[in-house]
Parts: sequence; C-alpha cells; structure tokens
Amino acid sequence: MDQVVLARSLFGTTMAFHIIFATIGVGLPLMILIVEVLFQFTGDSDYALMAKRWTRGFAVLLGVAIPSGTIAGVQLSLLWPQFMKVVGKVIALPFQIEIFAFLLEALFMSIYVYAADRLSRGMRILSVVLVAFGAVMSAILITNVHAFEGTPTGFRIVGGEIVDIRPWKAFFNPSFAVSAGHVAVSAYMTGAFVIASLAAFKMLRRGLSDKHYAFHRKALMVGLVVGGLFSVLTALNGHASAQHLYDEQPEKLAAAEGLFVTQDHAPLTIGGFTDKETHEVKYGIEIPWALSFLANNRFDTVVKGLNEWPEDEWPPLFIHTLFNAMVGVGMLLLLMSIVGFWWHRLLKKQTFPRWMVWSFFVSGPLSMLGIEFGWIFSCTGRQPWILYRVMRTSEAVTHTGNLGTLFLLFTGVYLLLAISVVVVLRAYFKRHPLGDELGGSGDVNGEEEGLHV
Amino acid sequence: MSDELIAVSLLWLFVFVYAMAASIDFGAGFWSLIYLYRKENNMTQIANRYLSPSWEVTNVFIVLVVIGTVSFFPGATAVLGTVLLWPFSIGLLLLTLRSAFLVFSHAAEKKYARALSVISGATGVFLPMLLILVLPITYGGMIGTTDGRDQLLWGSLLSSASTYAYLAFAGLSTLFLSSLLLADYSHVSEDWRAYQVYRKDAIWLGPFAFLAAIFVIVTMARDAPWMYDNLQNNKGWILSSGVLYVLGYLALFTPRKAGSPAAGRPRLAVVATVFQYLLAATGYGEAHLPYIVYPSVTIQSGFTDESTFHALFVSYLVGFVVLTPGFWLFWRMFMRDKKYLRQK
Repeated sequence: MDQVVLARSLFGTTMAFHIIFATIGVGLPLMILIVEVLFQFTGDSDYALMAKRWTRGFAVLLGVAIPSGTIAGVQLSLLWPQFMKVVGKVIALPFQIEIFAFLLEALFMSIYVYAADRLSRGMRILSVVLVAFGAVMSAILITNVHAFEGTPTGFRIVGGEIVDIRPWKAFFNPSFAVSAGHVAVSAYMTGAFVIASLAAFKMLRRGLSDKHYAFHRKALMVGLVVGGLFSVLTALNGHASAQHLYDEQPEKLAAAEGLFVTQDHAPLTIGGFTDKETHEVKYGIEIPWALSFLANNRFDTVVKGLNEWPEDEWPPLFIHTLFNAMVGVGMLLLLMSIVGFWWHRLLKKQTFPRWMVWSFFVSGPLSMLGIEFGWIFSCTGRQPWILYRVMRTSEAVTHTGNLGTLFLLFTGVYLLLAISVVVVLRAYFKRHPLGDELGGSGDVNGEEEGLHV
Repeated sequence: MSDELIAVSLLWLFVFVYAMAASIDFGAGFWSLIYLYRKENNMTQIANRYLSPSWEVTNVFIVLVVIGTVSFFPGATAVLGTVLLWPFSIGLLLLTLRSAFLVFSHAAEKKYARALSVISGATGVFLPMLLILVLPITYGGMIGTTDGRDQLLWGSLLSSASTYAYLAFAGLSTLFLSSLLLADYSHVSEDWRAYQVYRKDAIWLGPFAFLAAIFVIVTMARDAPWMYDNLQNNKGWILSSGVLYVLGYLALFTPRKAGSPAAGRPRLAVVATVFQYLLAATGYGEAHLPYIVYPSVTIQSGFTDESTFHALFVSYLVGFVVLTPGFWLFWRMFMRDKKYLRQK
C-alpha cells in the first residue's frame, strides 16, 4: 500500500484511540469538580460518593490515556519527520506549554487521588480545579497545533527555507480560538454524557432500591444538565467554526456541504452521499438558500463550490457524511437533555420510563461517536495538505519502511487495551458495589488500599 | 554561552532527569515483581507506594525530552525520527503495556493482579535498554544514506560492541539506582527489613553498573574515536564521577547510628550516586559536542529559529516557576509525609 495511506492509517488509529481517553480525561475532571462543589453546597453525601467513585474510574482510564497520548506525541516525529521540522521551528510553543499543563495535571492528579485524606477541603477542591485546568489546557494547546495546520501563519517559505518566523503569531493563528473552543466544549459535553450514560445503565437494572435509584438519578441529572449546557455551546461554536471555514478553508466547507458549483442563494443539503461522478449529493434533503445564510448570515452570500479547485486539491468527498453525522449527533444530544430536564424538573416525575432511560444510555457512546466523526472530518477535510497550502502530507511522511507491520502491532495493542480497560473497570466496580458505600458510614475516605494506581 | 549551547544543555538536563526518574520508576516495577512471590514482606508494597503517585509524573519527562528535541533541534528530529521509527515504536508499545498493566494490576482482582504485575515489571526493565540505543546510534557509522534518505543500519548496530556495552549499562544502572532509592525510601518509612533487602541489592549491583560504565568508555575508543578523544581531553568530569561513586557506595556501609537498627546512610548514598551520574553525563555530553548525530547534525546545523528559541526559553522559565509549588507539595505528600510512608 501507499506509504502516505499507511502512515495516515497508523497515526489516525492512534488518534482515534487516544481521543476517547483524552476526551474523557478533559470532561471527567470537570464533572468531578462539579459534584465536589455540589457536595459542599448541598451537604448531600451522595455527591461526595460520586466524586470518589468517578475519581477511581478516572485513575484507571489514565493508565490508558497517558501512554496513548505519549504514543501520539512521539509518533508525530517518527511518522512525519519533515512536518515536525517545520513544527520545531515555527509552532513549538504550544507543544512546550502543553508539557507544563500535562505536568500540572499529573502532579495534582496524584495528590488528589493518593493524598485526598490528608488534604484540607479547600486544598482538595483546588487540586481538582488544577487537574481539570491542566487537562483542558493540554487539549487546547494540542488543538493549537491542529489549528495551525489548517491556517498556518507566522512564517514564510522562500526558496524552500523557512524565514520571518514569528512564533506567537503562529500560536495565535486565525483558527486557534474557534477550534480550541470547539474541542473544549465538546469534550465537556461528552464527559457529561458519559456520566449520564453510566447512570442510565445502572437505572436500567430492575429491582433497584429507591436509595440506589435516587443516587443514579442524581448522577444522571448532573450529566444531562451539564451535557445539555455544553451541547448548546458546542452548537453555537460549531456554527462559528463553519463560518470560519467559509473564510479560511473554503474547499473544506464546499466538501462538507457537497457543493460543486459556486453560487449565491446556495442550498443546504442535509444527509445523503456525495457522488464524485455526477457532482451531486444523492439522497440528501435540500433546504434552499440556507447554506448561504449559514456561511455568512446573508442569503445572497456567494459560496464557493469544489469546481473552483483542481481535483487533486479536493478533500475526500465522504466528509459530507461525517460532517452531517457530527451535527446530527449534537442535535440529538441536545434534545435528550432537554427531554430529561423537562421530565424530571418541570413535570417533577421521580422515575423515568424505560425507553427514555435507554436513550440516555446511548447518549455517551453517541457523544463519543460525534467526537470521532468531528476529528476525522476535521483532519481528512484538510487533505491533501498537512499544512494547508504549504506542505502536502505526502511531502511530510517518513521513508522508513514496514509501516504495515507497525500498524498491525499498534492496532493489536489498542484492541488489547480497549478490552482490558473495560474488563478491569467492570470487575473493579463489581467488587466495590455502590451498596457497600451508600448511606450509613459516611466514611468517604475509607478503604484507601482499595485502589492504588 | 551561545543559544545553541544553552538549548543543548537544557535538553541534556531533561534527558538526565528522565534517565534518573525512569530508571527508578522502571526498576521499582521490576523489584515489585521480584519480591511478589516472597512470603510476608513489604518490599513489593514499598515499591508500589513509590510507583503509584510517581509514574505519571515520570512519564511526562519522556514527552518533554521528545518535544525538547523537536523544538530546540528540528534539524536533528528529521534524522532521528526517521532512523528511530522502529526502536522507538517498540519502546512505545512496551511503555504502553507497562503503564496500562501497572495501573490495571492495582485495580484488578488478586488472581489477575499478579499476571499483570509480571508483565508490567518485565516490560519495564527492557525499556531503558531500548531507549539508550539512541546513544550508540549517534556515534556515527550506524546511519546509512541512500538517495538522500537516511536509514538505520541494523547490521552495524547489532554487531557493535558499544551497543552491548550500553545495553548492559542501562539495565544494570536501572536496577542499581532503583534499589538504592528504594533502600532510602524504606529507610524513611522505617521498614528495616525492606531496607536491608534493597540495601543488599544495591551493594551487589553497584560494582557491576560501574564496570558496565567502564565497558562503555572502552568500546567508545574503537567505535567513536572522535568522541573518545574529546573525553580524554576532559577527563576531570569522569574522574570526579568515579570518586563520587566510591563515596556513595561507602555511604551504604557507615556504622549504624544510635537508635537506628541498620547500618548505612542511604540518603547520602542516593545523593552521591545521582551526582556521580550527573558528572559523568556532563562529561559525556561535552565530549559529544558539537554533534547531535555524528557527523551529519551539529547543534548549529540542527538548531531551531532564534525567535522560537527565545519564546521557548521564556515559557520554560514561567512554566517551572508556576510548577514549583506543585512539585514541592508532591514531594511533601509522597516522599516525606510519615502518614503516607508508614501506612501498613
């Protein structure tokens, strides 16, 4: 197979695997912080218990998140040496600062997990704040490099040499704010829905005592409310991201919308599959004028179609489907949280019908799928460039052979880890059921030896 | 000092910090495995008590080393990234299995926990040996260039005596340093039985690690004469490192103080030994200059852009100032707090 395809497959698989844990790694600390704060305000020990149990799950997930992130970081240099040469000269800052964010998170994560019982209440909350801050900063800073790939600024290339380098200008490249915002709020959204999903899973069990049901319902509501808020923010930011594409990477927007002919009053096509031969989107629903309006708030906005560019600069056309899937997931999640909130808080119902709980249960996996779609859309949508209009992916790839074997090895390890992390988490929480800890003792810091990771 | 020299010194310092922390980290995993099947002892707990909070922090430093190389010397990254694809990919896989199974082993049931500990302890000890290969590879003669493309000459790597000298040095240093640190750690924890065991391990490993270091220098004379000559002109570092080795080693044998049931002053031994390695690393690093990869990349040719370097330098200053209280709290909570150290 082609070296570029192999290298992209290997790196793509690493990212697809890592972002699951990275996203939870950003989202979960915020959830832990929220329940820690809720506990301080309400005095309801259920929230303290949630913080404790989620932290334990988080500690196990870190066992995969950290090494897979290390792989991603090192693999960049191994697979794309020519790209990293530019990165080192121009956009080294975010990588460097990310290390500090990562270090902050690692230090205070250990302090929060292993020293919680020796910390004052204020210090404990401060520790979680710093863990959450470190996690989101890591995500934002890595996204900074991703944003730079889409809108490279702060340097010029003259005769193959990189000159006029201005590192801070590269750092504050035009897509940074909008991309980083999107990653942060969508990670918070996903972390919240993962929690909602787990709570719903528990609530599906029949014959649950009222106390248990109430515990899980509280967790579900925290997940739905936080998830709902952040899905609104994600949608607003997503709209800004699309308008940003209109300005900065018009061919990506054209491919995302399956638009071939440049036009004003451009229609928005929802769903369907882009056909390369006939230059149309099959089985999609067209909304007249809508794309022009979405792109720049006016119906007479001229939106560029793919025909403006030579075909070897087109992004892959399937990104239209990915883009729609991502948006669809976001909308669905928003709907779910509205329904849940309305049912419990406005209609004051204490129990949920099973079909509703089932839908909450799928919200977590669905949200994660949305993240995956979004990342694949964003990265494949930039192809064939690794640095938009500066360096092609094929110019950056390593010449070292046998990538196929490495691909199999890494994929095998990811599969092994994915299976074992689920097995380990399930076994752990089975041995430490909620029943042992709920109500009664109030000894939140008990059985420290239970988890030493 | 020129910017290049500042950058390479910082980078070498990161390599040194990671080498020390990782040796102790991987070594501790190995000891926790070795003593897993001995009845009634605390050796494994001591090792785990050290490992639990520290492995994540240690792991950050390997990323720091890689990112430091990329950002300070992008010219070296292109060559090293190309030739190290396979060795480092294998290293990454081992590191991943090691970290994940280390975490899993503490969350899993007893019957699986052992198998997981065995895998994580065993993979850990190979990692330093794999990572240190970058040193003989930058000697020169192990990177071939065809059509302007670099590639690793596996034949030269595997048939060189230096390679094996480094392997032995990495493996033995890992075990020596970790046993020494765990001796100190159990000493602070006042676990005298574990202290005696780790002290004994350090005592028999020390001379072998020292011999391996000499083996590295001897083989260097043949495999990298350019570097050996530089080292000869700068003997001071290596000789004083040898003196500290002797000092640190002797510190394990000082007569016991009143009130203490065991001989030796492990804290002094740890400090002297860390400085022993630091001095040796300084001499080694100085002799390696100006080359990063001999003979193709020097610190000048591989250097990043000036303005990027200055921005990075500022970010380092700010970063470490901001993180210092965190490190201090970490140290207080896990290396000094008797409540943590003496829990049963």
